[in-house]
Amino acid sequence: MAITMTKGQTGLTGNAAIAVAMKQINPDVCAAYPITPSTTVIEDFSSYVADGKVTTELITVESEHSAMSACIGASAAGARVMTATSAQGLALMWEMLYIASGMRLPIILTNVNRALSAPINIHCDHSDSMGARDSGWIQIYSETVQEGYDNLIQAVRIAEDERVLLPAMVCLDGFITSHAIENIALLEDEDVKKFVGEYRAQNSLLDTDKPSTYGAMTLPDVYINFKHQQSQAIARAKEVVIEVGKEFGKKFGRTYALFDAYRLEDAEAAIVILNSAAGTTKVAVDELRKQGKLVGALRPRLFRPFPFKEIADALSHVKAIAVLDRADSMSGFGGPVFNEVRSALYDADKRPKVMSRIYGLGGRDYKVKDALGVFNELQKVLETGKVETLQKYITI
Amino acid sequence: MATLKELSKRDELLSGGHRLCAGCGIPPIVRLVLRSANGPVVATTATGCLEVGTSIYPYTAWRIPWIHSAFENAAATISGVESAYKAFKKRGKIPEGKDIKFVAFGGDGGTYDIGLQALSGALERGHNFLYVCYDNGAYMNTGIQRSSATPYGANTTTSPAGEVIPGKQEWRKDLTRIVIAHNVPYAAQASPSNWADLSKKAEKALNTKGPTFLNVMSACPLGWYTKPEESIKLSKLSVDTCYWPLYEVEDGILKITYRPKEKKPLEEWLKPQGRFKHLFKPENRHILDKFQARVDIEWQRLLDLDGKRV
Ligand SMILES: Cc1ncc(C[n+]2csc(CCOP(=O)(O)OP(=O)(O)O)c2C)c(N)n1
Ligand code: SF4
Ligand SMILES: [Mg+2]
Repeated sequence: MAITMTKGQTGLTGNAAIAVAMKQINPDVCAAYPITPSTTVIEDFSSYVADGKVTTELITVESEHSAMSACIGASAAGARVMTATSAQGLALMWEMLYIASGMRLPIILTNVNRALSAPINIHCDHSDSMGARDSGWIQIYSETVQEGYDNLIQAVRIAEDERVLLPAMVCLDGFITSHAIENIALLEDEDVKKFVGEYRAQNSLLDTDKPSTYGAMTLPDVYINFKHQQSQAIARAKEVVIEVGKEFGKKFGRTYALFDAYRLEDAEAAIVILNSAAGTTKVAVDELRKQGKLVGALRPRLFRPFPFKEIADALSHVKAIAVLDRADSMSGFGGPVFNEVRSALYDADKRPKVMSRIYGLGGRDYKVKDALGVFNELQKVLETGKVETLQKYITI
Repeated sequence: MATLKELSKRDELLSGGHRLCAGCGIPPIVRLVLRSANGPVVATTATGCLEVGTSIYPYTAWRIPWIHSAFENAAATISGVESAYKAFKKRGKIPEGKDIKFVAFGGDGGTYDIGLQALSGALERGHNFLYVCYDNGAYMNTGIQRSSATPYGANTTTSPAGEVIPGKQEWRKDLTRIVIAHNVPYAAQASPSNWADLSKKAEKALNTKGPTFLNVMSACPLGWYTKPEESIKLSKLSVDTCYWPLYEVEDGILKITYRPKEKKPLEEWLKPQGRFKHLFKPENRHILDKFQARVDIEWQRLLDLDGKRV
């Protein structure tokens, strides 16, 4: 549904833009299974296959578990591999996510964020990707359609980097980003092709002259060493994300970093929030700034690995922080982003007050007034130096 | 079809030194199948005895490219590998004339039960691969729990021969028939005791385009409570009693590939196996009779179908 609006820009939904990026990347293999709201990514991509716009082998598997299993087989065979899913689909892949990362296979997955059942709900929240946060996948979150598109292209370079060799997941908000049409700038096919380059796997199952064993069994004498290497690799991904984000900016004019800091330099109060809701939060920030309030926002882009040092540095001068999570850890202690941010700030010279607010589960709207309400609470913290309510649900 | 002499000259692709039990039925099956490939072959294996016994890091018994990823997904994993191969062929990245064969091995648990969906999907999609199920009739790797392939009446750790319930109460799932219902170009049942028949079937399957399937009887001295040196003899008895008929379905036509000269009583196969010991108590006579009757019906069904389109 391309609608040309501004010159050089194309009106595309998030899912359509992701599918265009996939078309331009033209991966060797794509194995996928439909689930709302990610389905149209694969529908669009299937048309590209059917129309000969790509030469990808499309495997229309019978489940997401098999989708990730086929991705693993193909990636181990040296192929560049992509898939897309949401919610229950990602949950069904869960076993295989760990195997993909443990085998160090740079598979690329678009996760269109959706709430996990029960109750069943097709709308946006981050419980799906947060459930996979410890699976060893790089996780990159996207605020807009443009960023989703740009992130997917960068993810290929990040995952396949020799220092990393890990699978990567690009997350965008279900419906809010996946189905909303935004004006975006697409790159030229040739530019994308050049940027992602050709994938040359170090080993391949198809190299029958040099047979290798994948997925061997390990005992306590070595298992931890493999995990140690994997842990070091995902930590290294941080510098690669920065490099690739810079190079992308240099070539195409849109630079990406570990996070997006909005009017934060002199802020006394700030909201930390992922994905599309950051846009709403920024509107609230602008309104309050007009009133002379020193407020700002921080939107983590890279969530795995978690850039704890950089985020702590960016936030350590802020006095009161609310971390807004579109997922609940069900730990009785706030959401997952809250826990990371609060922990990252533990070593700050002057620890800011940090509180958790859970919002927007199952697609519940998060409006400017909700952000203003949180800033209002932060204002009280600034005044009293005390956090009255450490954690609570908002937008209910 | 390759002769024994020819087969013996081919490389041994699953090396010795693996950790499968003495007398295990799996290695001879894998070796014969891989020898029958006679060319580059890539394999995957579902979690189970074969996988655990051949890949304990830093050793590997596999002299071919091999991957294990999980328990229920051997068919999906090989789908991915084979698709990568197709993509590379299309993109000119595989040398002209190079023809790689793809084989997935799974135990009965990994195939009849938890992996049935992935198998069905891969068969339906028509990938070019051979799936070999080695059926030892239980989850052996985790300690002999019943599977849907476990024979009726068998004592397993989750269908124990107890005071009240005398072993497994359900009939074995007929997986080969389920596979045939997918209209695959080739599917067969085989046994390593009838090695020439097995090798011929593997060769046929590997040279058939599209998804093919072999269900192979695999003795397990540990789980059957039998002597390691009797494994092949017992496999032979499973065939000669018609518990495990050898047949194939090629392009829809069913053919019995081996008819025992004299169909032996089922008890001859059951008696030497500790897992059926309780059935020989006088009060369990009716179970043996029921089992025999069912085997007779199944065998008759095959005889009726021999040479026909199924
Ligand atoms: C999802 C999952 N569930 C359970 C297991 C535990 N498990 C590993 S092997 C196995 C049994 C394998 O049985 P079978 O496929 O018959 O192979 P065999 O052990 O007999 O060779 C089980 C239950 C697992 N690895 N993964
Ligand atoms: S337990 Fe049975 S199937 Fe497993 S290795 Fe031993 S004999 Fe073979
Ligand atoms: Mg078994």
